[in-house]
Amino acid sequence: MALRPYAAAKRTLSTADKLTEVNWGLVMLIVLIGSAGIAMLYSVAGGNLQPWALKQMAHFTLGLIVLLAAAMIDVRVWMSLAYPAYGFALLLLIAVDVVGHVGLGAQRWIAIGPLELQPSELMKISLVLALARYLHGKSIEEVSKPVPLAIGLAMIAIPAVFVVLQPNLGTTLIIVMDGCSLLFLAGLSWWWIAPTLGAVAASVPLAWRFVLHDYQKARVETFLDPESDALGKGWNITQAKIAIGSGGVSGKGFLQGTQSRLNFLPESQTDFIWTSFCEEFGFVGALALLVLFAVVIFYGIQTAMSARSQFGRLLAMGVILNFFFYIMVNGLMVMGLIPVVGIPMPLLSYGGSAMLTVMFGFGLLMSVHIHRQVEIPRHSGGII
Amino acid sequence: MPLFDKKDKSRYATFTRRSLGLGGGMAAVFAVLAGRLYQLQIRDGDQYMVEAEDNRVSERLIAPPRGRIIDRFGVELANNRRNYRVLLVSEQASEGVKAALDTIGEIILLSDQQKKKVLHDIAMNKKFVPVPVAENLSWEDFSRVNLQLPYLPGIQCDVGEMRDYPYGSEMVHVLGYVASVSEQELQRSDDPLMSLPGMRIGKRGIEKAYDKQIRGRAGDSKVEVNAYGRVIRELGKDPGVPGQDVWLSLDGELQRFADQRLSGESAACVVMDAAKGDVLALSSTPGFDPNWFNVGVTGPQWHDLTTSDYKPLLNKAISGTYPPGSTFKTAMALAAVDNGMDDFVVDCTGSMRLGNHTFYCDAWRIGGHGHVSLTRGIQVSCDIYFYEVARRLGIDKMAEAAHALGLGSPTGIELPGEAGGLIPTRAWKMKRFGVPWQQGETLVNGIGQGYVIATPIQLCTLAARLATGKAVSPRLTHQVGAALHSHPLPAALPFSDKAFAMVRQGMGMAVNVPGGTAYGSRILQPGFEMAGKTGTAQVRRITKEERSSGLKPQSQLPWAQREHALFIAFAPLDNPRYAASVVLEHGGNAHTEPQVQFARDILTFAQQRDTLGRPTAYPVTSASAVPGQGRGPG
Repeated sequence: MALRPYAAAKRTLSTADKLTEVNWGLVMLIVLIGSAGIAMLYSVAGGNLQPWALKQMAHFTLGLIVLLAAAMIDVRVWMSLAYPAYGFALLLLIAVDVVGHVGLGAQRWIAIGPLELQPSELMKISLVLALARYLHGKSIEEVSKPVPLAIGLAMIAIPAVFVVLQPNLGTTLIIVMDGCSLLFLAGLSWWWIAPTLGAVAASVPLAWRFVLHDYQKARVETFLDPESDALGKGWNITQAKIAIGSGGVSGKGFLQGTQSRLNFLPESQTDFIWTSFCEEFGFVGALALLVLFAVVIFYGIQTAMSARSQFGRLLAMGVILNFFFYIMVNGLMVMGLIPVVGIPMPLLSYGGSAMLTVMFGFGLLMSVHIHRQVEIPRHSGGII
Repeated sequence: MPLFDKKDKSRYATFTRRSLGLGGGMAAVFAVLAGRLYQLQIRDGDQYMVEAEDNRVSERLIAPPRGRIIDRFGVELANNRRNYRVLLVSEQASEGVKAALDTIGEIILLSDQQKKKVLHDIAMNKKFVPVPVAENLSWEDFSRVNLQLPYLPGIQCDVGEMRDYPYGSEMVHVLGYVASVSEQELQRSDDPLMSLPGMRIGKRGIEKAYDKQIRGRAGDSKVEVNAYGRVIRELGKDPGVPGQDVWLSLDGELQRFADQRLSGESAACVVMDAAKGDVLALSSTPGFDPNWFNVGVTGPQWHDLTTSDYKPLLNKAISGTYPPGSTFKTAMALAAVDNGMDDFVVDCTGSMRLGNHTFYCDAWRIGGHGHVSLTRGIQVSCDIYFYEVARRLGIDKMAEAAHALGLGSPTGIELPGEAGGLIPTRAWKMKRFGVPWQQGETLVNGIGQGYVIATPIQLCTLAARLATGKAVSPRLTHQVGAALHSHPLPAALPFSDKAFAMVRQGMGMAVNVPGGTAYGSRILQPGFEMAGKTGTAQVRRITKEERSSGLKPQSQLPWAQREHALFIAFAPLDNPRYAASVVLEHGGNAHTEPQVQFARDILTFAQQRDTLGRPTAYPVTSASAVPGQGRGPG
């Protein structure tokens, strides 16, 4: 640490210091992936900037500003904002049940002025913040004690319940996976983990009977046998597989994807954007994109491990896991390996809320990176 | 409390360990994603490329125009007219198919039955296939729909082609008709056209016999479509092959005359070129309007067609089978001459006994015909004379002669559904009933009753063969497309010229000499005289009691119990060119012989019109020098 005088080694950093400390390589990577997304939105609109590409550029630019702004803010400030953010997100989540718009059979959106906000997106990042802060204050023994564990689980469960009631199975899944991963990283004892995994496996049939909506069951059923209803419910999966497969090794070329251009792919601008990418750029392009994603994740893990505060570590890991779960669920879904759940591909799919949340997450990650030398006592609550 | 303690160290270590573990897990998931990409894009890529292409490219069938049916003088008997149609593409009907039908139903009249059919058609076809909602719209209705088109999602307007039969019922039994493809026909055929909504195929007559040629070959247009079936651009087009025209030997005018002449009766009439067998008219009444089937027969129409005693759906000329009655005596006479009975004479007393059964002659009330020779036997139609002839010939020689004259098996006319008739033999009876042949049956069959049955077209063939002495066979088709219908010159028949001469003489006397059975209805115009033979076919047995108490006149019997009246003829008498047969169901009337009057009028019309002397309008083809074609009438 002392070998080179990193600005980060200083107790306090000026904004200029922070700007030089920004991992610009990661930012460029994000810009590269985001640009690929915008290019695909241009393509699926049949070579038009309208209706998606132009707006997505605005989303992305705004996202970059949010990213850098969040990065500039001291990680301890974020720590003290963690609980208020969680509370705010939870309020919005409840509000969506009252005044929310129903989109695609599910109630997910809330209008704040001209902005259509998806509180469940905000919740994911707020949960990561709040859990990181909460677990920062718990020693490895405390994490596995019933009461603190119960509080941690409640922090996950409450938003999860509201999201599943919307209903939004995909986001619930990600919220639960985000939260549980953080408990795991905080050192939760295997004596808790192993039986829980067993119980989850056993509860799947129960969830099928009592929890899942008909449209969710239908998705699972068509997933298990997509050919049974190739023109109906299995349409999405069948067409997505055709789109990806027909890309072959080198793809059909930019703007040449017939599946999305001729509307065989539904929702090609959102959940199935990666499918269009695979169709137009083939195995080579898709693999390259996966590598870019992997590098981003690698940077994230490296950032987490180099942070000196438990909060910073958990926050960075939480952000990167959240990012990863998006990629995993979306990727597995569009390639027909898991049922269709409404999860967009981060940085690629069209959508303001998702883009801003992802970029905000990277901002937090960057803040951890910039303030990686900052040490925070276990019982500290931040610096506001 | 220290800022940091050992507990922090241990949880940092755990965090690092578990982070790396999760990192490994993430790497594994990325490996799965990459593996799946490999599977879809490289291993199965070719298959998905085909599927994507199938998605994108839609082949739209183009129905070729149906070939025309044309008579010998170039008159179109069946052609196509413009058909203003309204179609519905179900997937474009944004408010649902039912709503779309209700909306269109406010602009044009749609029955519930029509709506039901549309819903059925839509269920049977893919979502992007246009299904006809209404056809044959008036220009006014069609324009109204076109005007409202922007407000009718899923509705398309289209000008198609519709089969038209300008002469309606007058030719229906020759031409047949077209109608929608049935479920079974769809399964049996491999022609892609059959599944085209709104497709019509030939169901009867020439339309059915030459359906493949008349239909043509489907063209297709390869288009790029989007997921909603909307055409983005055309990739390629094959216009297909239009259906071929069929040229008939029929004379449309003569056909119309014959049909009009027979109208009101349940009757059949066939007129042919005696030398070549070209069918000039083939009429069966009553008929029905073939255009009904094209647009869809209504319930009441179908009920009338299927329940009428006059059987309008039956083509009696080729499918109706009747005992030939006394017309069969011409065949008997021919065989008699060649079996040494040329100067055979019988004294007719009105009845004769065979075993313990008495056989009567029509003239039994006036004490018989007296001294009857072969020609006089034909002229007055003496049953006793032909009983004796039959007894001497025996059933097998009778059958041999009848077969040589074209009876007992189908003539091969190019129409579906021809009946073969029946000429009994000993072997046939044994096989059919398991009982030996009785001599009494020989006598009964000798005057064309009993088991003997024939169709009007067979009887016309018989007339032509008697008139020319050649094995003339009927045919209706001269040419299909560019292919001439081969029709070899008829061979000679195995009877002597003398036999033919005597039979023709007898038939001439029957019509033109006082006392002849058809004398009252002879043709008076010089040069147009006909020869012929009448016949009546009992439809029930006359009991002994009836005979002793006096037979009721036919006109006093219920219609269905009256005898069938038959007549075969040729004209002109000296140089026969036209052969004809008439069968009038339940039309027996010994005084007026209405069936002879029909033949008289029809043959007079044909000769005055000079059907066979007029130049035909067949298209000139290189093969027109084929023997039997392009020659004047013999």
